[in-house]
Amino acid sequence: MASLRVNVNGEVREVDASDPATPLLWVLRDELGLVGTKFGCGISQCGACTVLLDGNPVKSCSFPVSGVGDSTVTTIEGLAGSAGELNPVQQAWVDLDVAQCGYCQSGQIMAAEALLRSNPDPDDAAIDAAMAGNLCRCGTYVRIREGVKTAAASMKEGRT
Amino acid sequence: MSTLSYRGINETVAAVTGERQRVVDGPLRIAKLDRRQFMKLTGLVGGGLMLSFTLPRAAAASGPLQPNGYVRIDADGITLLAKNPEIGQGVKTSLPMIVAEELDAAWDDVTVVQSPIDSATYGMQFAGGSMSIPMNWAALRQAGATARAMLVGAAAKQLGVPAEELSTMDSHVVHKGSGRKLAYTALAADAAEMPVPEAASLTLKSTGDFRLLGKRITGVDNEALVRGEALFGIDVSVPGMKYAVYQKCPAIGGKAKSANLAEIKAMPGVHDAFILDGNDNAMDLLPGVAIIADSTWAAIRAKRALTVEWDETDASKDSWSAAVAEAERLRGEAGERVVDEGDVDAAFESAAERVSGYYTYHFVSHAQLEPQNTTASFADGALEIWAPTQTPDWGMDAVARATGIDKSKITLHQMRCGGGFGRRLYNDFMCEAAAITQRAGVPVKLQWTREDDMAYDLYRAGGFHQLEGSVDAEGKVTGWRDHFITFANDGRPVSGGALGQGVFPNGLVENVRFEQTPLDWKNRCAAWRAPGANVFGFVVQSFLHELAAAAGRDHLEVLLEVFGEPRWLVPDNPGTLNTERAANVVKLAAEKAGWGRNMPDGRALGLAFYFSHMGHIAEVADVSVDADKKIKVHKVTVAADVGPIVNLSGAENQMQGSVVDGLSTMMGLSVTFENGRVQQSNFDKYPLLRMAATPKVDVHFVDSDFSPTGLGEPALPPLAPAVCNAIYSATGHRIRTLPISEEGYTV
Ligand code: FES
Ligand code: FES
Repeated sequence: MASLRVNVNGEVREVDASDPATPLLWVLRDELGLVGTKFGCGISQCGACTVLLDGNPVKSCSFPVSGVGDSTVTTIEGLAGSAGELNPVQQAWVDLDVAQCGYCQSGQIMAAEALLRSNPDPDDAAIDAAMAGNLCRCGTYVRIREGVKTAAASMKEGRT
Repeated sequence: MSTLSYRGINETVAAVTGERQRVVDGPLRIAKLDRRQFMKLTGLVGGGLMLSFTLPRAAAASGPLQPNGYVRIDADGITLLAKNPEIGQGVKTSLPMIVAEELDAAWDDVTVVQSPIDSATYGMQFAGGSMSIPMNWAALRQAGATARAMLVGAAAKQLGVPAEELSTMDSHVVHKGSGRKLAYTALAADAAEMPVPEAASLTLKSTGDFRLLGKRITGVDNEALVRGEALFGIDVSVPGMKYAVYQKCPAIGGKAKSANLAEIKAMPGVHDAFILDGNDNAMDLLPGVAIIADSTWAAIRAKRALTVEWDETDASKDSWSAAVAEAERLRGEAGERVVDEGDVDAAFESAAERVSGYYTYHFVSHAQLEPQNTTASFADGALEIWAPTQTPDWGMDAVARATGIDKSKITLHQMRCGGGFGRRLYNDFMCEAAAITQRAGVPVKLQWTREDDMAYDLYRAGGFHQLEGSVDAEGKVTGWRDHFITFANDGRPVSGGALGQGVFPNGLVENVRFEQTPLDWKNRCAAWRAPGANVFGFVVQSFLHELAAAAGRDHLEVLLEVFGEPRWLVPDNPGTLNTERAANVVKLAAEKAGWGRNMPDGRALGLAFYFSHMGHIAEVADVSVDADKKIKVHKVTVAADVGPIVNLSGAENQMQGSVVDGLSTMMGLSVTFENGRVQQSNFDKYPLLRMAATPKVDVHFVDSDFSPTGLGEPALPPLAPAVCNAIYSATGHRIRTLPISEEGYTV
């Protein structure tokens, strides 16, 4: 069995590479048991499968595992701190009760995390643009927008 | 022989979710608590997802205080059980909150777990019809109060004081006189020995004494959600599990004659492939080809290489364009009269103004974000199922029909649902997984792709309404006729496909006639969030605005006049519209939105009201429209009377979500059919609303003392007419078709 080494959430993992076109999504979910990353459409439309590749948001349903190479992959399971404490985006999502069904929220949180890493103080337009690839069928957009702002504010507090 | 039937669940679901006539026939159906059921002890469910969920039932002897299926207290803590499926409507949090209120448990001390599926203990367990709160309100309060009384009894014994001197607060029994305080957890073992009190002996709190209800409480699964923990059906994994996909005929009703099974089985990672004949019930198990593989991806890859020869003799030939043409032909004719009050013809003859309008809307899909899936394991004659379903118990009935496995041999584990909206009231995916594991002899996780979900939904049907109305010389609405050209599966009108006594404006306008003509339709149709109301709201609340405009009157004034004197439309029936509650929410929404104020050119407010699922909801949309028909919905003001609010955060979330769902659907969503086949396959052709188009949502709840009712659905119907009425007021253009992208509008 051909195998590949990928760095996921800070750990190097050996995964099956007999089909190099296998979407990263299914490697994460089926092989590594990291089921926080979700399947919604498979064609890069919904963002439920969003993970970070070297800090940038990527739709893992449409990204072949062979494309990861030396990059580091961060999934929703990799956001909390070493003692298990929630990061500011996760905490904001809990505090504001953002989720309805919650199915899209891993992807929303990863997209928000990527935004705040590159732009710590986004305005509405920047938030709308960064979150445009993530659908929420339950319509939690009002709270997602609030969640991003709340997370940004608490990150700022953490820095000062 | 026409091979497909649509037996069973449509009827049941309609009856239970109250879609058929609940609003006018007889008293509200609130589940009565059977005392024997109530007292029966139940086991707890727990443990990790990798393990079997079937744990032994807790011993009934000494130990935890467990007087009913909802409360379990021992030295380690307070556990409350949530009985109904969580689909995003928040019941895993709100139902236990009701128990905690009467129990006087501090919410932070409470652990919530999903209850087992056990109708003997819990009665009906389902998520539908916005019924979780109204059907369980009384039973859950009683459950909490029962446990509380037993804890107080135990404390009285321990402290040697009369129970009347004791009070409860924050998971403690308190003796004010001596300042002594005993924790529930310390009292639990003794309390378990106390007799379970008669329901009649319990005193429930008055709403003014609520400490927890009405507060903002974050969802009990939120922390697990943001950590990406396994919660949903799609996250389940059991030892030895394989991954399955199932290909059905692109035109429903077609049967698989043959397929390139040898080729498929030779593909890497494929374990098995075979044809299933189905059970001839379109709601259970459709014919198709199963592929079982070592991973989801290997299964999907094999499905793409699958070629099937279908026998389409009995397959759907449904055509949307043909239906449109047929409705166009029929709309000038009379339909079967289903409601006929007063004398509509006379009202029309004596009218000062007559208005007519032809309203149409497309089919839509549920598009819940988690594609259908079920994990199932059949061994030694017993079947174990893990499923994201809205109707676990009926799901087991369906599986029993489809597989011949006796229901007593089936265990079902309720998984969190990544959205429902009515789709998961039906359990075809569960039947497929069960039939596949039964045949293959290995545990399987069946995974639908998004393309499967779009092609094999049970759709919200489209429809066509020829409306005529009249106003008299004073501008009062006097007559209303609606000829509804609708759809029927198997000879019966589909969900949301029938007008009835409870449809607006029957009971409010003196002369009303509803007529109906169903078109035969083979693709499955079923309940979609606020069935019937979600489209009737658009039609009738837009048309009422047309009548107001024809009379040259203010829409708000006409709407309030239509409600008339304060009354229940069916006397003393709280399942029907109450004109005072209706008028209150309309006035509140209008006031909060600033109704009547001057607006800039190209921008206006639009108003709509709808009553559904016992909720009285009014919405005002603030909308601007530019020269290219691009609209911006700035703000939607919502006023609702659903009785006391259980969880303010959850309630507002449902209102915000309903506004977004309503806007998403009215803007650009449609499903069309040709030659029996659905023309849209994924989100690229089914453009759900994205964040940038989301309006501000301003929510107001009327503080009312009526029994609380559900919020999963009733805030959706007023949205589309409020927006369309605003567009009319801003531009003079009346929209009579959904989605409005059909008329060139974009957002
Ligand atoms: S599953 Fe990847 S974008 Fe939808
Ligand atoms: S919370 Fe359900 S899809 Fe976003």
